[in-house]
Amino acid sequence: MTKEEIIQPQNLVYQKPELLNDVPMHYCPGCSHGVVHKLISEVVMEMGMAEKTIAISPVGCAVFAYKYIDVDWQEAAHGRAPALASAVKRLWPDRLVFTYQGDGDLACIGTGETIHALNRGENITIIFINNAIYGMTGGQMAPTTLLGMKTVTCPYGRDPKLHGYPLKMADIAASLEGTCYVTRQSVQNVGAILKAKKAIRKAFEYSMQGKGSNLVEIVSTCNTNWRMSPDKANKWMEENMVPFYPLGDLKDMGK
Amino acid sequence: MAEKEVTLMKGNEAIAHAAIRCGCDGYFGYPITPQSEVLETLAAEKPWETTGMVVLQAESEVASINMVYGGAATGKRVMTSSSSPGISLMQEGISYMAGAELPALIVNVSRGGPGLGTIQPSQADYFQTVKGGGHGDYRLITLAPASVQEMADFVDLAFELAFKYRNPAMILSDGAIGQMMEKVVLPPFKPRRTEEEIAKECPWATTGRLGMRKPNIITSLELRSEEMEQINLRIQAKYREIEKKEVRYEEYKTEDAEYLVVAFGSAARIAKKVIAIAREEGIPVGLLRPITLWPFPSQRIAELGKKVKGILSLEINAGQMVEDIRLAVECKIPVQWYGRLGGIIPEPEEVVEQIKKMTR
Repeated sequence: MTKEEIIQPQNLVYQKPELLNDVPMHYCPGCSHGVVHKLISEVVMEMGMAEKTIAISPVGCAVFAYKYIDVDWQEAAHGRAPALASAVKRLWPDRLVFTYQGDGDLACIGTGETIHALNRGENITIIFINNAIYGMTGGQMAPTTLLGMKTVTCPYGRDPKLHGYPLKMADIAASLEGTCYVTRQSVQNVGAILKAKKAIRKAFEYSMQGKGSNLVEIVSTCNTNWRMSPDKANKWMEENMVPFYPLGDLKDMGK
Repeated sequence: MAEKEVTLMKGNEAIAHAAIRCGCDGYFGYPITPQSEVLETLAAEKPWETTGMVVLQAESEVASINMVYGGAATGKRVMTSSSSPGISLMQEGISYMAGAELPALIVNVSRGGPGLGTIQPSQADYFQTVKGGGHGDYRLITLAPASVQEMADFVDLAFELAFKYRNPAMILSDGAIGQMMEKVVLPPFKPRRTEEEIAKECPWATTGRLGMRKPNIITSLELRSEEMEQINLRIQAKYREIEKKEVRYEEYKTEDAEYLVVAFGSAARIAKKVIAIAREEGIPVGLLRPITLWPFPSQRIAELGKKVKGILSLEINAGQMVEDIRLAVECKIPVQWYGRLGGIIPEPEEVVEQIKKMTR
């Protein structure tokens, strides 16, 4: 069999999602963002919502998400994405509206906007990338940094006496009356990726059905700022992050 | 023609009614004295049942302004209102909107500062409004109403200017205009724009890429310096055009004036009484009232500066606009300031005394 004979439409088993732009990503090799971008692109396309999606990007590594997923985007001020999304969804109720935020953006500077948008039951989805560190600014301590975990602003490891404790945003979200669906997922292997995709689809569908607000936390890695190889970062995440941030649905009121 | 209906209401209430009538799509606000009647009136009127206008009480002024950012980025006519401390909290969002070139209306019913200050009227937010407030090189189109009627009329005007230039616009009012009741003729009803009309007027808006058009991106971010300089130069060129075309002011008894009072908003109302008293005493005084604080009527003030012996800037603050007047006349004639602070409104008689001092 020649290469030309193999590359035929009937033999296609996998392809780049149509909504994912064919440009080099600025994310580091091994970063979780690329996988989550792919999943969102696939879900938006499969739901037939490409023409009706308005996405909000954060300040942080994903600030340039608008360069990669080919829908309409608004770039928000640090932490304010849920406020933008609240207004957009109320003004355009038939649109699919989601935010894409990291732990510093969502769980630190934007805690107020996050909790109030979720608790108002805004029919939006918040995609929350939790890698327990500030990526873009160079590896500083995040609100979700684990105890003992070293960052450039806690080089001796996070000490609760100095820095307080890591924040479990999904647990807080699940306790709010306004949330419909709160789940914690990961994307370090094929099985996890497939589950995460289903969760994103469910959240987007609930938001379009007007069932309330949805939070999909993705427990992620930042191998660059964790100072690890991508492989080792995935393993470290499974061994250290998952016990503190257990995976699975925390709340599903949409069933 | 049917007679226009005259009603009696507060300035804050007039803002709310005018918003509903001029096709506003959304209001996002947070309570603060002395402007809370805007949100209260909207909540009582329930425009979502009539025009479809969204009204939302946000968790903070920070959230309000960012809701306005989100709504404006979809091409909708959206607004917020607040008072001085709340407007300070909004400065980051206002800078982002100026950077992303988003049209929206922000109403400041200002009060005395600094800090928590007082709930009484003040014009001490002049610098914050016309010189920046937030970070970066940007300008806000600023309208200064001097009556409840102008509170009502400037809502639509501010939206028109904001959309014409893709720039946030502010109505800089104060606690006196917001709280006082006056006769007002509300503007005629204008329907909210349809989705098609928004797509036509705002091809840049992030409404979802209908028909799989090229995606629209609303952002103020550009990391390449050469590109960022070009963006800034383009925005600055827009500001020069606004300065050329959108200056608005009112003149009162300037024809024979030997002395000129420059005052805006509440202070301009006091100035008219000052002029009546001064003229009775034989001092020909006139008034120039800037209606747009930015763009500032520098050129007209310079022209009048050639005819008069001196200018008094009457402001309910510690002397802010006086700097722009001195720049306008290039310090060729005496320009003095008079004002009161802490929420005290100057009495006409004390202002007349200041003018008399100038004549000596």
